Amino acid sequence: MSKILIRGAKVLGGEPQDVLINGEVIEAVGTGLSAEGAEVVEAAGKVLLPGLVDLHTHLREPGREDSETVLTGTRAAASGGYTAVFAMANTFPVADTAGVVEQVYRLGQEHGYCDVQPIGAVTVGLEGKKLAELGAMHDSAAGVTVFSDDGKCVDDAVIMRRALEYVKAFGGVVAQHAQEPRLTEGAQMNEGIVSAELGLGGWPAVAEESIIARDVLLAEHVGSRVHICHLSTAGSVEIVRWAKSRGIDVTAEVTPHHLLLTDELVRTYNPVYKVNPPLRTERDVLALREALADGTIDIVATDHAPHPHEDKDCEWAAAAMGMVGLETALSVVQETMVDTGLLDWAGVAQRMSFKPAEIGQAKGHGRPVSAGEPANLTLVDTAYRGQVDPAGFASRSRNTPYQGRELPGRVTHTWLRGKATLVDGKLT
Amino acid sequence: MQRHLISAADLTRDDAVQILDTAEEMARVADRPIKKLPTLRGRTIVNLFFEDSTRTRISFEAAEKRLSADVINFTAKGSSVSKGESLKDTAQTLEAMGVDAVVIRHGASGAPYRLANSGWIDAVVINAGDGTHQHPTQSLLDAFTMRRRLVGRDAGIGQDLSGKRITLVGDVLHSRVARSNVDLLHTLGAEVTLVAPPTLLPVGIETWPCEVSYDLDATLPKSDAVMMLRVQRERMNAAFFPTEREYSRRYGLDGDRMAKMPEHAIVMHPGPMVRGMEITAEVADSERCTAIEQVANGVSIRMAVLYLLLGGNQPAVTHTRVEEK
Repeated sequence: MSKILIRGAKVLGGEPQDVLINGEVIEAVGTGLSAEGAEVVEAAGKVLLPGLVDLHTHLREPGREDSETVLTGTRAAASGGYTAVFAMANTFPVADTAGVVEQVYRLGQEHGYCDVQPIGAVTVGLEGKKLAELGAMHDSAAGVTVFSDDGKCVDDAVIMRRALEYVKAFGGVVAQHAQEPRLTEGAQMNEGIVSAELGLGGWPAVAEESIIARDVLLAEHVGSRVHICHLSTAGSVEIVRWAKSRGIDVTAEVTPHHLLLTDELVRTYNPVYKVNPPLRTERDVLALREALADGTIDIVATDHAPHPHEDKDCEWAAAAMGMVGLETALSVVQETMVDTGLLDWAGVAQRMSFKPAEIGQAKGHGRPVSAGEPANLTLVDTAYRGQVDPAGFASRSRNTPYQGRELPGRVTHTWLRGKATLVDGKLT
Repeated sequence: MQRHLISAADLTRDDAVQILDTAEEMARVADRPIKKLPTLRGRTIVNLFFEDSTRTRISFEAAEKRLSADVINFTAKGSSVSKGESLKDTAQTLEAMGVDAVVIRHGASGAPYRLANSGWIDAVVINAGDGTHQHPTQSLLDAFTMRRRLVGRDAGIGQDLSGKRITLVGDVLHSRVARSNVDLLHTLGAEVTLVAPPTLLPVGIETWPCEVSYDLDATLPKSDAVMMLRVQRERMNAAFFPTEREYSRRYGLDGDRMAKMPEHAIVMHPGPMVRGMEITAEVADSERCTAIEQVANGVSIRMAVLYLLLGGNQPAVTHTRVEEK
C-alpha cells in the first residue's frame, strides 16, 4: 500500500493540516502527522479541496473523436482538478441506450484519469418525441441517474412531465437545457443592444426563463426534482429563487464563462465566444455571481464543449457553439467568486464538489476531507497568476475564450482514489 | 480613414465627406466619352460574392473597370464553396493569386470583419453587404444622393447633411441598409427617424442614434427624404405582419402619402423594389423618386472608396488636366 502525506495544506481554505493518504482512502487528517513510509507532498500555502465534480461535460466519444475522446477529456478533467465528470448524451450515436452509456462508462474506468458517469438522453435521438429507455440505462453497469437532452430542450410539456415523473421510480433527475425552440430559431447571440447593432439573430432571455418557469411548476405539480443546466440570465435567477422559496425541488448550475464574460465580446465576431446559451450582459453576470454566492444557484458546471479548430476558424454564423472549460473552471471561479470576496474555499468545495456529487449521486465523490473517506483530492496553488495558454491543454480541442487572459490559481495535484493523476501540474 | 471599409460606423465625418467629395469628382468621369481612369492600373480586385446580388456586383465591377483595375469575379454558386470550402480557404486561395483588394458580399453578419481581422489575408477588405449587419457603400451612395438633391451638387462639396431630416421606413430588423444609414447619416449630422411596425424593429434599438416611430403619416411632413426599405413577402409567414395588404396600408408609400411630404422632399429606395408592397408604381416612377439616380451614384461612390483605399497618396482624379489637353 502506497502512502502519501500532503503536508501543511489549507484544507478547504482553513488552517494548515496534514492529510495522509493510504491506498485509496484518507487515513488521517491532523497536524504533525508522521511522514514515515510516505511520499511527501509539500503543500504549504496551497488549498486542498475534495476532488471536483463536473455535472456537465461533453466528452464527444463516441462519434466526434476529432474534438475529444474519453481519454483526452478525462485527462483535461484531471488537469483541472476533477475526479468525476458527467458525460452529456449528445454523442453519435446518442447515449439513449444501455449499450452506449456502458461503453462511455467503461472507457472512463479503463483510462483511470477521472470517473466518468454517463448522462442518458431523455428522449430517443434527443428528438424530444419519445422517451428513451431511462430505466434500462439506470439498471445498466453505468447506473445512470441523470438524464438530459442537453444541446436541445425537452420542449414538449407532456414529454417533460412524463420524464420528471418516470425517473422518480429509481431516484433519477432530469437536467433541462432550457431553450424555447421557436423563440431561438436562427439565434446567434444574446438578444439585446449588441445583437441589434451586429445584425446577429437574437437569443432572448425569455426563451430560457419561460422554460424554467414551466419546468419548476411541472416539477412541483408532479412532486419531482428538476435540475436546470447552465442558467444564464438574471431573470432565470429570479425564477429559481422564487421556486426554491416555494419549496420546489429544483437545483441549478452556472458555467464559469457565464460568471465572467459578456456579449460585448461578440463585437469581435470571433466565434470562440459563441456558446449556447449565449454570453449575456454585465447585469446578468453580476446576478449569476450573487445567486451562486447565496445558494440560489447550487453548483458550477463547465459545459466543457470541445470543437475542432476548423469549426471555430470561420465566420460567426457557420461556427459551432461551445467552449472548453475543464482546465480553466477553477481559475475562473477563483477570479469571479473567491478573489471578489463572494465565496470562500469551503463555499467553492460545496459548489464544485459536494453538491454536484449529491445531485448526480456520484458514489465516493464530493466527500469530506476526513479519515476513512475516499482519497479524491485536488491541491490548488491559489497564489499563482498566469496567462491561459491553450497550447498546454490536455484537451484535444483549444476553443477557449480565455487565451492570453491572466487568471489566478493553478491545480498542481489531483488524486483519484489515492492515485495521483496530476503531479506538479503534469499529468501522470 | 481605416484600411478596410467594414462598417459605416468606422467612418468619421471627415472621412465620409472626403468620400462624397471624391465621388463627385468621379461622377464627372461618367460624363466623358471615355469613362476610364488609369488610377488602379495593375491592381487586382476580386469581387467575392457568396450571396446573389447582381446589382451590387455590377456596380462594383463598373467602378473597378473605370479605374482600370484587373477584376476577378467569384460567385459561390457552382464553386468549391458549394462543396464545403471555407471562407478562410477561399480568401487565402484568392490572395495567393495576388489580389490587392477583396470586395465581399456574404450572408453571414461579420464575415467581412473576420476576413479583415483574423490574419487570414493581407488584402484590403471592402464590405459589399454582410447578413443583416452593414452595407457601407450603400449608405454612402444614399448620403451622396441626398447631398446632391438637398444641398446641391456644387454647393454640397465639403458639406455634410447637418439638420436634414431623413426617414427610413420598413424592415429595419433584417436590414443592413438601415443599420449603415443610421450610422452614417448620424455621423453626417442628419436627424434620422426609423418607421416600422414594432415587429420589424430589433430589440436593443433604443441605443441607436435615431428616433423610432410606428406612425408613417405623422413622420412624412417632417421629412426631407424618405427611404423605403424592401420588405420581403416571406416575412408575413413568420408573423411579422398579418398580410401584405395590411402592411401596404400602414407602411407603404403611395401617391396620397407622398403628397404629405414637403415639396422639396425626395423618395429613395435601395432596390430592388417590391412594387405594390412598400411602394406603389406611381411613387416609384415619379420625379421625386431617386432609385435610378442612386444606382448611377453607386458607381461613383464605389470608385471613390476603391480609389481612397487602394490609390494611396497618388493625386486624386487627374481628368481635369486630361481634359485641358
